[in-house]
Amino acid sequence: MTTASTRRMPPRKSVQTVIYHAAMLLIAGIFLLPFYWMTISAFKNNAEIFARPVTWFPDPIRWSNIAELFNRDDFPFLIQFGNSVFYAGSVALAVCFSCSLAAYSFGCLRWRWRDLVFGLTVCALLLPGIVTFLPVYLGWSRLGLNGTYWPLITPFLFGDAFFIFMLRQFYMGVPRELLDAARLDGASEFRIWWQIALPQVWTALVIVGLFAVVYTWNEFFSPLIYLQDREDFPLSVGLFTFQANRAREWSISMAGALFAALPMVVLFLLTQRLFRQGLASSSLK
Amino acid sequence: MAILAKENTAGASSPPRRLGLAGRGEARAGFLFALPWMVGLTIFTIIPLLLTFYIAQTKFQIVGAPKYVGLANYAAMWIDPAMWTSARNTMFFAVVSVPIKLVIALGLALLLNRVTALSGFYRTVFYLPFLMPAVAGSIVFMLLLTPDAGPVNIALKALGFSPPDWLLDPKAALWTIILLSLWPLGVETLVFLGGLQNIPKDVSEAADLDSPRGWHKLVWITIPLISPMILFNLVIGIIYSFQVFTQALVVGGTTGKPAEATLMYMVVLYRAAFRYFNVGYAAAMATVLFVGVLLLTLLIFRTARSWVHYEGDSR
Repeated sequence: MTTASTRRMPPRKSVQTVIYHAAMLLIAGIFLLPFYWMTISAFKNNAEIFARPVTWFPDPIRWSNIAELFNRDDFPFLIQFGNSVFYAGSVALAVCFSCSLAAYSFGCLRWRWRDLVFGLTVCALLLPGIVTFLPVYLGWSRLGLNGTYWPLITPFLFGDAFFIFMLRQFYMGVPRELLDAARLDGASEFRIWWQIALPQVWTALVIVGLFAVVYTWNEFFSPLIYLQDREDFPLSVGLFTFQANRAREWSISMAGALFAALPMVVLFLLTQRLFRQGLASSSLK
Repeated sequence: MAILAKENTAGASSPPRRLGLAGRGEARAGFLFALPWMVGLTIFTIIPLLLTFYIAQTKFQIVGAPKYVGLANYAAMWIDPAMWTSARNTMFFAVVSVPIKLVIALGLALLLNRVTALSGFYRTVFYLPFLMPAVAGSIVFMLLLTPDAGPVNIALKALGFSPPDWLLDPKAALWTIILLSLWPLGVETLVFLGGLQNIPKDVSEAADLDSPRGWHKLVWITIPLISPMILFNLVIGIIYSFQVFTQALVVGGTTGKPAEATLMYMVVLYRAAFRYFNVGYAAAMATVLFVGVLLLTLLIFRTARSWVHYEGDSR
């Protein structure tokens, strides 16, 4: 069927197809250029990065840059990498737990002030973060917890407007008859959530977890302000601090950027379908 | 209690009543399930929001008690040249980068809206920049835009342009941040693509038959049908671009190098709060940002009535 139609395709159409793919590959090339440039620069030394004419492939490939990145005294990369993993993992777990409770309430249960509280949640979603940031910061510093990860993780134990919004879309797809049937059988509300609603949205929970990991891995403002010691920084702040102090050491900066981006890229490539599903549900509908 | 028990026995014979009772349990459960979030919302959003409005009217240096000064912080903002520079830069950034980004994203979505062997690959490529940590992306762009050895300027020179020194020329530096913000447009593109794929086939085919010119179809059929997605991307884009921080701090530091050309509103606010410990002033800036973004969002929603079409809308 397809081969027959391709064979009968008029020449004008196939020319169009070629032009289309040529244009798309060019645009794709432009979008990939920063990744490519980062990668080749990570394996060059400074002189080679700025050499003219431009070398499009590092020669020799300086693997020693990576070894240097992992062993510098002024840039504890591996420790910061570990901090990022801890930070992103904790937030993802916290969000999956807390948001699955609130989103269930908003998506599946009927109660008096539900629409009002959900409306406030949507407002919170659009609120510029800085408008609430300063008093919260002052509160944490009164508690003496600045310089720790408590201020960065604790709020997510209560929930997060964006992820509640996202997860609610999935809970809304759980058929009400299913929950009512369990109610008639005398199941407790907690059991209905745990044994009936939650298993219906577990893919959504994974999606929320993935988005939370990406969001937290890239988070910059809060850790920049709450953390002071180099050994405590997540990668985003660590990379910024290194670049700000050692602006001329481009190969190490690029190697750092490469290894900061790589985990997210790999995670995305492995879970693309889930990501796209999450995106579709978080926008409109 | 007695009434409840009575209802219970009465309900045993009539199913609708029993459902009503389940509804009461459901209501209690609904409240309890949302309780942690309501507590969080109160502690981390509602109370801090009100406190920010209050702190904005005080002189407060983190240590010691806040001292009420009325509108003095707002008056200080009014005569602060750095605040005005940053506000101008930020507005320019928002007004220029958001429309350009939406146009490019829509163009990419239109190009992506066909099934080919490489569709999945293209979609992946356009989404990837979104996953790049903003700090890492900004550092990479600084290298890409290096005047002599960066590939961007080499390509522009090869095409016959005379490109600026993106990082040192005050006239060009803001465009560095704009370029930087245009790169991760995967989310906007996929939102548009979702809208395009929801356009009913018969509508699309009827438009093809009606007018052979693709341009007409785009303006009169496609854009109105995806206008809800345009509104969504526009509102989110404006709200976020007014808060641009990371890219500006990486490229321009806290002084908006070169010559305050990349100084953004959030950077001045950050500097006031965490470098000069002038929390009252920073809170006043946050309040102004809040009011500005709120008014702008309301304005967009108000005008949206005339250009956003929802499905089933009779207009």
